[in-house]
Amino acid sequence: MAGFDKVVASYEEAMIGLEDDMTLLAGGFGLCGIPENLIAEIKRKGTKGLTVVSNNCGVDGFGLGILLEDKQVRKMVSSYVGENALFEKQLLNGELEVELTPQGTLAEKMRAGGAGIPAFYTATGVGTPVAEGKETKEFNGREYLLEEAIVGDFAIVKGWKADRYGNVIYRHTAQNFNPLAATAGKITVVEVEEIVEIGELDPAHIHTPGIYVDRVVLGTFEKRIEKRTVKAAE
Amino acid sequence: MSLTREQMAQRVAQELQDGFYVNLGIGIPTLVANYVPKNMDVMLQSENGLLGMGEFPTEETIDADLINAGKQTVTTVKGASIFSSAESFAMIRGGHVDLTVLGAFEVDVNGNIASWMIPNKLIKGMGGAMDLVAGAENIIVTMTHASKDGESKLLSNCSLPLTGKGCIKKVLTDLAWLEIEDGAFVLKERAPGVSVEEIIAKTQGKLIVPDHVPEMAFL
Repeated sequence: MAGFDKVVASYEEAMIGLEDDMTLLAGGFGLCGIPENLIAEIKRKGTKGLTVVSNNCGVDGFGLGILLEDKQVRKMVSSYVGENALFEKQLLNGELEVELTPQGTLAEKMRAGGAGIPAFYTATGVGTPVAEGKETKEFNGREYLLEEAIVGDFAIVKGWKADRYGNVIYRHTAQNFNPLAATAGKITVVEVEEIVEIGELDPAHIHTPGIYVDRVVLGTFEKRIEKRTVKAAE
Repeated sequence: MSLTREQMAQRVAQELQDGFYVNLGIGIPTLVANYVPKNMDVMLQSENGLLGMGEFPTEETIDADLINAGKQTVTTVKGASIFSSAESFAMIRGGHVDLTVLGAFEVDVNGNIASWMIPNKLIKGMGGAMDLVAGAENIIVTMTHASKDGESKLLSNCSLPLTGKGCIKKVLTDLAWLEIEDGAFVLKERAPGVSVEEIIAKTQGKLIVPDHVPEMAFL
């Protein structure tokens, strides 16, 4: 009966099998919905030479930014980076490589990777530096780029609630890249704010079905806000 | 007088229609949200996965799990929906967004746009801009007509690396409303008090000037 039980007891157990030079997919947009404790565990573990696929690279001292401190990241695949001084420094030093990828293409690369589609055509990036070295093809009179899917050795995901079988729901826009990363990891680890018993989540409301999930771990989250904006008091 | 940022946002807002789904970029485009006509329903799309973005929250309602594509904390409007980044870009790439408004460094007569990369300066990335310009049918670019040094940003050929090729048809600058047709900018409207001569002088790409160029009207 425990065959579907994905819950692990510790972060250490959650990240067993992550090794040097692996490709790691991470959910999150800016600092919203990032697997902050799984990232902290990778920092503690000291895994090096990672290729990290994530829309952004955190900030100095938080999120993926902390993996730069001990030079654990060899390459970032992202759409927007440079919110951190350390990132900039390592990039200019040549210690860090970055592959800038349009945001929608990045999302689709993960989606395709998880869905068993090796590559897809998109109009995004045609005629731009992104198109360099890529095959193109015309469909209905328009030019499209062939973009290859991404599959990760590991995917780290931040959910809101999960049941013991690894069915996950996300909260508000903390969803972002998380369900995509979840599908495209050979080993997918989800950290959540709450673990519920099976049957408690409405099956029709599951964002990530448990079939994609290998491990679930319960955490507490700082949820740092990158740009705190409020309206003037009325 | 050249248009203020607020006036530019007001002019763009005149292009809104009831029932439009709209994606607004960072900067002047964001201000457009302040000028949606009262009798109109417009739904704002934020590419991090939100359709129906509302105003900024209060200190009491602020929520780290609810942000826009500019990473600012926001709220949702009634009738909003939230989805993954793949779903978000499916609706962008699939041409379902009615209007996209974004800034640029340069636009040229062939509808090319450069907005994300200045060589030899730190490159932060294109974010969702390449997907937005490739996917949208109806795009308005907002930018100043010329740089601070007086260099035209409306060119015969973009000099900077492109964000998208042949995808821009409408440009609002602080001086003029222009549309791109058959390899030329067509001067449709001028900012109040700005002369046609000034616009000609500050437009490097081919410019077609009709006999009558009306001034923009603001309510």
